[in-house]
Amino acid sequence: MLESFQIIISLLDSTIRIATPLIFCAMAGIFSERSGIIDIGLEGKMLLSAFVAATATFLTGSPIFGLFAAILASCSASLIHGFACITNKGDQVISGLAINILASGLTITLGIALFSRGGQTPPLASEQRFMPIDFPFLDQLSFVPILEELFVEVISGHNILVYLSVLAVFFTYYVIFKTRFGLRLRAVGEKPEAVDTAGISVIKMRYQSILIAGMLCGLAGAYLSIAHGAGFGREMSAGKGYIALAAMIFGKWNPIPTLFACLLFGFLEALGVRLEGVELIWIGEVPVQVMQALPYILTVVLLAGFIGKARAPGAIGVPYSKEG
Amino acid sequence: MKNTENRGGNEAIASLPPSTESAIELKNITKRFGHVVANSDVNLKVRTGTIHGIVGENGAGKSTLMNILFGLYKPDSGMIFLNGQAVDVNSPEKSIALGIGMVHQHFMLVPTFTVLENAMLGNEGSMLLRSGEEVVLDRLKGLSNNYGLDVDFEAIISDTPVGMQQRVEILKALNRGAKILILDEPTGVLTPQETIGLFDILRSLREQGVTIILITHKLKEIMSITDTVSVMRGGKVVADFSTEKTSPEELAENMVGRKVLLSIKKPTLKVGKSVLEVKNVSHESKDGVLVLKNISFDLKEGEILGIAGVAGNGQSELLDILSGIETLQRGQITVNDKTILPFQDWNSKKAREFGVAHVPEDRHKRGLVLPFHNYENSILGYHRNEDYSSGFLMDKRKILNFVDELVENFDVRPRSSSISSGKLSGGNQQKLVLAREIESNPNILLVGQPTRGVDIGAIERIYEDLMKLKSKGTAILLVSVELDEIMSLSDRIVVMNQGTIVGETNSSNATELDLGKMMSGLEQV
Repeated sequence: MLESFQIIISLLDSTIRIATPLIFCAMAGIFSERSGIIDIGLEGKMLLSAFVAATATFLTGSPIFGLFAAILASCSASLIHGFACITNKGDQVISGLAINILASGLTITLGIALFSRGGQTPPLASEQRFMPIDFPFLDQLSFVPILEELFVEVISGHNILVYLSVLAVFFTYYVIFKTRFGLRLRAVGEKPEAVDTAGISVIKMRYQSILIAGMLCGLAGAYLSIAHGAGFGREMSAGKGYIALAAMIFGKWNPIPTLFACLLFGFLEALGVRLEGVELIWIGEVPVQVMQALPYILTVVLLAGFIGKARAPGAIGVPYSKEG
Repeated sequence: MKNTENRGGNEAIASLPPSTESAIELKNITKRFGHVVANSDVNLKVRTGTIHGIVGENGAGKSTLMNILFGLYKPDSGMIFLNGQAVDVNSPEKSIALGIGMVHQHFMLVPTFTVLENAMLGNEGSMLLRSGEEVVLDRLKGLSNNYGLDVDFEAIISDTPVGMQQRVEILKALNRGAKILILDEPTGVLTPQETIGLFDILRSLREQGVTIILITHKLKEIMSITDTVSVMRGGKVVADFSTEKTSPEELAENMVGRKVLLSIKKPTLKVGKSVLEVKNVSHESKDGVLVLKNISFDLKEGEILGIAGVAGNGQSELLDILSGIETLQRGQITVNDKTILPFQDWNSKKAREFGVAHVPEDRHKRGLVLPFHNYENSILGYHRNEDYSSGFLMDKRKILNFVDELVENFDVRPRSSSISSGKLSGGNQQKLVLAREIESNPNILLVGQPTRGVDIGAIERIYEDLMKLKSKGTAILLVSVELDEIMSLSDRIVVMNQGTIVGETNSSNATELDLGKMMSGLEQV
């Protein structure tokens, strides 16, 4: 009994670690797509900012500096995306794909040129990373054993970015549904003509949205290389951007449901790692690929049947032009 | 013939108070799109606190001019004066700040937002919605009571009727502090009752000093509500009138540039035997909505049966079933003694074989393949006919002979067989479709919205052609949202509302008000 409790606790702990970059990216996706811009480039922006975070931190020794460099890099990628598909009305999927390919190639090329370590950055010392924070008041909980475990192992002991990701969800919710900016952002994604004729610049709104998306992706990237990890490894985003996109659709472009979708996908991955090489009763050993594919399979199955139709923002993917 | 550049109304304008009172003055506005001159040297003056109408055919430049005034387009040259001051309106933001509001023909509302959210967009009252909503809601409720703009602030736009959506648009403009209101074809989607309601609102706005520009192609509305009116043709303002000193005939003449017959002579004809019988037809849409409920009527030789109703009350589905595009699900249809039962093979090819021709409601989607040449479109659907094909191959020479004759007989301009149909004006596209269907010698013709987006000149021609066909004994089923059209063409009228036939009447004793009541589902006759 105690052992299975330990397993559950450790599963939940890794769920949170795995879900953090998904949450940042999915919130980025919500900002971008709610304004009508498809953001398939989440993956590339995360990868690029992971690389820049590790490099800048290694060169300066300061993770704070690394974090800001990551955000800057990710926002630049957002601007490229914006220039291609907002200013020049290009295809948003193609532009996003281009960013993914660019990030994948650029990080390896620059990595080899700078450090000659096959695309990796040198490992970072622990004072160069965002390290876990232990909540001080937890000792007082020790009279409730289960709660204590839960707090010590699951809630406490993560790095600052993990907590920031939870804040990002509430930030996203608040901005999108409770502010004037959010009203306009949603309007521009549903019916840009309505925003334009109301005297608000569609182009400006969309650029602002994708810049916020860029910042959030930058946080995701920094989390990978200077908080959760200790350095950049080639292709270290490993499809997380796409899973975040799936979580966003699963959550119907709403922050709170999307958070749960991210946690679910994180849990599945944690479970997959846990079950690697383990014989299950009746089933036997589950191939690791099956577990890796689960988030995608689940998205397709659930979207197809269980949660009803996910309605995307009305004007998503359509460049806005006034005359015709 | 009178001088078509008639500016005789100018004296009427000149006799009004001096120009310092003009809310809007446009001077020598010119706007080109590529080689096309949309507005050429346009001058327009609208006095404060009046309703000014702008009439003109499609492509006369009305909408372009208003989009310039609203700051959506930049004019190539010319000046805009508001209350005597020269202004530079280079964006909607600027024009809104100057007190101009516009209600577009296609509503600029976010379908997933509530009425309140839509009305406040752009002037939300605060950075945060909660505190802003209180402020704006108070203001909007005041405006709403003041002008009779009755709306439900909580409702989601996509669930509200178009009449309310329009009131939301007006509220939205007033919320921004509009003193000048431009309405682009505001009545196209309204029932007669809703139109009356809208005009009441416009009058009360005028009383409180709002200047209104009304763009429409309905001359009757111009006569009933405007104080002054300008006629546009070919990108120019060709005449200004004081409304009480002009007539629909004079306006129409100026719009087209020649005399136009507004009334139609209906040939008096004895109707023959019944050729189309529809019995208890019901239909469910793909979403499972019952769009037709127990529809029954019949149509006789030499008769025009008009189906009136606000768009989206089942007329389109009815046409689709009769023409074989949709499968009949319930009920029975008899076409020239052939009985069609549910789920039997009845399709558009069969329909043509049994003498049913169809002029579809949407000529762009269904009537024509726009990039096709006229000669290709002129045989679309009849391409299997042996006249145009020799076995496997099409006989282009025969087709060209046919289309040359067709464009001549039906006055399709330009008279070209090889121009792509997408380049024709709406009216000429419609003439081409109608020509094709009439040339197939149908004994039943289904016509949907024959004059939607068609100029007055072409409308006249289309009506003539329909009347000619009727005299030959063809039975015509006419579906239209234009009540005037239904009333002047039909012998009998049935009214549809929410998938049912709510009333039937002879056109000779039908009044617009009665039909309007039936259309809005208020009254069963």
